[in-house]
Amino acid sequence: MMTARGKWTQLAVLALVIALLPLFFPSGYYYRVGALIFVNALSVVGLVILIGYAGQISLGHAGFAGIGAYACALAPEHLGLHPGLAVILGAVVSGIMALLIGRPILRLKGYYLAVATLGFGILVSMVLTNERALTGGPDGMSVEDLGLRALLRDLGWRLSGGEFWYGVSGFVLLIGAWLALNLFDSPTGRAMRALHGSEVAASTVGVDVARQKLRAFVISAVYASVAGSLLALQNGYITPDVAGFMHSIEMVTMAVLGGVGSVLGATLGAAILTLLPQVLTVFAEYEQLVLGAVMIVVMIFLPQGLLPSIARRIRGRGE
Amino acid sequence: MDALLQFIFSGMTVGAVYALVALGFTIIYNASDVVNFAQGEFVMLGGMITVFAHQAGLPLPLAAVLAILATAALGVALNKLAIEPARGAPVVSLIIITIGASILIRGATQLIFDKQLHRFPSFSGDDPIRVMGATILPQSLWVIGGAVAVFVALWLFFTRTLTGKAVLATANNRVAAQLVGINTGWVMTLSFGLSAAIGALAGVLVTPITLVSYDVGVALALKGFAAAMLGGMGNPKGALLGGLLLGLLEALTAGYLSSQYKDAVAFIVILGVLFVMPQGIFGHKSTERV
Repeated sequence: MMTARGKWTQLAVLALVIALLPLFFPSGYYYRVGALIFVNALSVVGLVILIGYAGQISLGHAGFAGIGAYACALAPEHLGLHPGLAVILGAVVSGIMALLIGRPILRLKGYYLAVATLGFGILVSMVLTNERALTGGPDGMSVEDLGLRALLRDLGWRLSGGEFWYGVSGFVLLIGAWLALNLFDSPTGRAMRALHGSEVAASTVGVDVARQKLRAFVISAVYASVAGSLLALQNGYITPDVAGFMHSIEMVTMAVLGGVGSVLGATLGAAILTLLPQVLTVFAEYEQLVLGAVMIVVMIFLPQGLLPSIARRIRGRGE
Repeated sequence: MDALLQFIFSGMTVGAVYALVALGFTIIYNASDVVNFAQGEFVMLGGMITVFAHQAGLPLPLAAVLAILATAALGVALNKLAIEPARGAPVVSLIIITIGASILIRGATQLIFDKQLHRFPSFSGDDPIRVMGATILPQSLWVIGGAVAVFVALWLFFTRTLTGKAVLATANNRVAAQLVGINTGWVMTLSFGLSAAIGALAGVLVTPITLVSYDVGVALALKGFAAAMLGGMGNPKGALLGGLLLGLLEALTAGYLSSQYKDAVAFIVILGVLFVMPQGIFGHKSTERV
């Protein structure tokens, strides 16, 4: 099992990768891809808490990403809020939504839970698509700049858009990973993992099962929301696709691909699935084919996910 | 009144397709406890293969039979290559596998065929039939009739034949079924083939009305799932009624409330059913053994 030292090792590995990766970038474009990976990884770390710790599933977390993204697009325009504060507003709204719908939804299990969350996600994306007057409909809307980069420039620190967002997303991911790893060994984290093992057993030793599930759901919703906000801010533009069914599926796949119990694994999963379309641009028509095949093959042959399976193999050889 | 009848007709047509998808879900779910998110792709394949076989010069009925057989073979392959090797995997893995399969099938279809919308001629012409001030397309009757026929055939199969009873026994208790000598692996294969064939049939029937392209499967799978859940997961009668009811609700919403939000009905229904009566209309209350 993961120990306190494991926590710092994981964080150090993550920090080193984020810091050293740019040394290998042949062009500025890679900063953009890196930033996108970190944003995806952030929402996937949220899912690690929900799926990996607490053992619940959600096929609708893109709905929360949508709320976060559109908070950043709408609040500055209609409420005059600074985009940075809009991120917080989005997170609060997502958290409250998760609290409200989580209570009835989380009584469900397995497929029923999957479909209920899926229904929620699709309803959010439908509202974003249909309320044209507010959201610009399927064409999306532009997002106000954060203004932080201009501030840094005035202070004499010139960064390209890619470099800036690489740094910001990497930093937020580190904080998210740190919080998630702290949670793992906390009483709450232990309670979540206990109910993952067996709800009945957990409740007999005094774990408030419903409450802990709800906590995991709300926390992961906030992660997804912040990731959605960052995505909107760094692209300067947002469409309802961010809340779409396919995005929810991608998030869960990233989490399970890397290893749903581990924060580092989740980041690896996010990196692979984010890079896949970039690598396949030449074979754009094959993207879906490859994505589907990857999902099936990994689930059959590496059911624990990539990172835990690889770790086990290395450990097995060492013995 | 005329408008209401018109909405009911269109609702029944769409609902019959949902019912066929839901029946497909039900068969696989009963045999293997797997919810097959690729079910919608079977409908899509039924339509697409028929279109291209017909274009290649095959007469329509032959093209349709070919499409149904090919899709059934694919269903069997899905079970053999992706579901059976993952036996005993947690629900999350199975969900990802079947969603992966649906993405894979969509990607392959788009490569092998194309991304265009297609249709083929209706079976009995396109002259609408007038009924009490409303009209119904002859093809709609084919769709509704098809759903009812499949339901009756399934009912006969499950209650009157030894093979059907073997499937039911496997659904009830896999281990006990194995103990009395039922080849449960074969039952799974049969269920996937049958379910894919029913999906493809739905695609063949509805394509002249709604057209088909490589990406119509996702929405159908989700709505068919909603229908199955509305009726009570695992219950064929529930699947039929759930499908028709969902189609009617959608058509009435589109007619009287908002056509933009008609697609939301299915998901509001899912959430409502799950909150109020998770076992659906015909489902049994299940208790979990510790």
